[in-house]
Amino acid sequence: MFDKEYLERLKKSRAHWETEVLNGKENGSNDNDSEHFTDSRIPVKSLYTPLDLEESGFDYLEDLGFPGEFPFARGLDPAGYRNEHWMMMQYSGFASAEETNKRFKFVLEQGASSLSIALDLPTHKGLDSDDPLAEGEVGKTGVPIDSLQDMEIIFDGVPLDMARMFVCVGMSTGPIILSLFLALAEKKGIDPNSFGLFLTNEALMEFVCRGTQFTTPAGHHKLSSDVIEYITRNHPGYSPMQLCGYHTREAGANAIQELAFPLAIAITYIEEMEKRGFTIDDFAGKFSWFFSSTLDLFEEAAKFRAFRKVWAKVAKERFGAKNPDTWNAKIMIYTGGSNLTRQQPLINIVRTTIQALGGVLGGVQWANLSSFDEAYQTPTEQGATIALRTQQILAHETGVTSTPDPLAGSYYVETLTKKIENEVFDYLGKIEEMGGAIKAIDKGFYQQEINENAYRQHQELENDEKVKVGLNKFTTDEKVDVAPLKYDPESEERIVARLKKLKADRDNDAVKEKVEALRVATEAGENVIPYILGAIKVYATVGEIGAVFRDVYGAYTEDKMYL
Amino acid sequence: MVAKSRIVIAKVGLDGHDRGAKLVAKILADAGFEVIYTGKFQTAEQIVATAIQESADAIGINILSGSHNTQFKKVMTLLEEEKAEDIAVFGGGVAHDDDIETLKEMGVQEFFTPGTNASEIIEFAQGLQH
Repeated sequence: MFDKEYLERLKKSRAHWETEVLNGKENGSNDNDSEHFTDSRIPVKSLYTPLDLEESGFDYLEDLGFPGEFPFARGLDPAGYRNEHWMMMQYSGFASAEETNKRFKFVLEQGASSLSIALDLPTHKGLDSDDPLAEGEVGKTGVPIDSLQDMEIIFDGVPLDMARMFVCVGMSTGPIILSLFLALAEKKGIDPNSFGLFLTNEALMEFVCRGTQFTTPAGHHKLSSDVIEYITRNHPGYSPMQLCGYHTREAGANAIQELAFPLAIAITYIEEMEKRGFTIDDFAGKFSWFFSSTLDLFEEAAKFRAFRKVWAKVAKERFGAKNPDTWNAKIMIYTGGSNLTRQQPLINIVRTTIQALGGVLGGVQWANLSSFDEAYQTPTEQGATIALRTQQILAHETGVTSTPDPLAGSYYVETLTKKIENEVFDYLGKIEEMGGAIKAIDKGFYQQEINENAYRQHQELENDEKVKVGLNKFTTDEKVDVAPLKYDPESEERIVARLKKLKADRDNDAVKEKVEALRVATEAGENVIPYILGAIKVYATVGEIGAVFRDVYGAYTEDKMYL
Repeated sequence: MVAKSRIVIAKVGLDGHDRGAKLVAKILADAGFEVIYTGKFQTAEQIVATAIQESADAIGINILSGSHNTQFKKVMTLLEEEKAEDIAVFGGGVAHDDDIETLKEMGVQEFFTPGTNASEIIEFAQGLQH
């Protein structure tokens, strides 16, 4: 990129600067003694110049290219955010089907085109609200969905085709969520392809962290693959899978692992789909990626830029994708909740602003911001509104959207981008040497790597090697008042009572027959979606369907550990 | 006056975020306690049974899903039924101050929230008396 003679001059000047100016006696700064690292422990030098780009083999055309062109380091959209901003998301749960219904009608009136459903934990885990394990959890993190009846309440008077997209986060219950929407459309007499459906539907990572899995890794992998296959054949407009690195980062992973872990998981699905007779271009253009955006601003921007390159290369060069849409890694971010402090909660607004800026400078497609009170509880309405306003300020008031990929060419950011890209490929190689993601998770490799990092990060804070404002430095004794989020204690009782009534009133012979048909199909290894759909249509419950998979594949349990 | 030495660390209910629970387990083990980590998705019944079976002196329960009032109440009631009230109970996770007051009224000795220093937890565990 630079001519040799010029680089020689630069090298001399830089050496002179380092010895005479940076570490010179007159200034007395002596930088040699202090070590600096990014959040992911990538060493950071005292200064970056074109020499660093040269050393890393940086080539503008090959490494960056142009926005909207391979390898997409500079973004997916040729115009960046000049024409269209990223999509500003709000993840919030409502405790019952009725409240969700009210909310949906309200946001549709406000002109929203995308409706998002957060589920409660029992639904995530394929359990009914009246399951003994669900006690106290019904409606806590989102809406409980036990059966098609709840869907009918949630969407009562909501025209399905008025919303362009339904987003439903269900990692382990992907096949059930899909079937619930298809059954609802049929019931309402609406073409299921007149709306969009965005599913997360990836459960392998649940074994690593977060933990909504309810059967074995192989069982979940089969179920998630069935969803991809069914959607690819029948509903090509739907998004069948979101690969998630976010929770690994929150649990302690570094940026490299956060990218490589879900990438290795994606590869297992691509390989499975190839076995089923598809090519990557048939389905992977509809994949999306979910990452954390943490506080190390430049590393995060570099991370998103690097990931687009990594995925584009894997899709094109390894799996032979020909469709440019398949090469595009569409990225959703959520700001890192574990970066926030319970102490002085209002300063969390500043933290999420910087986290979101990292995502925007990294050119992501969707952004969710944590609410400042997240270390206390699931977000209040005030917290959620401030989170949305923060995004709007970034989009409309700061000018960062005026030109695509404004950090491009920064000696530091480009060096980091290249470094992250290379390290992700190396780490992916390590996972594949173990036999791929499923084996690595089975062996506990992902989990162990994350735990080690989490412990190290904790030690850094405890030993004051890292400063966390308000936590280990600049602390106050001020008592903060965050308004508590109150749950209606009778809400759970009402939901359980309604479920019991449904179980008494429905055609239980039909339920028995359809659930049995699902069991037979599951045992035979068929694609289970049509059978789940059959059971859902006669009001079989999420718990009854989940039980089939727990029986056939085995239930998920954990052993106790002696430390 | 004998310091407590065997501690069961548990994740109760359906919430699977176990970074905090594992971290506290390791911190206490490093501080010289015998720690039994139950793994995720334990019911109150399972936790109490484990604590009795392991002759534990204390149970530390981590929860982030918001169902702490229900879950801790169950644990306290079961301990009483099993005549095992001498097992100390403490908690960790995300809970509002009002709820923490409620938990303490139930007999939960302490509830650690995000940002708690390891030394506070160790000191607390060392201070638990028979």
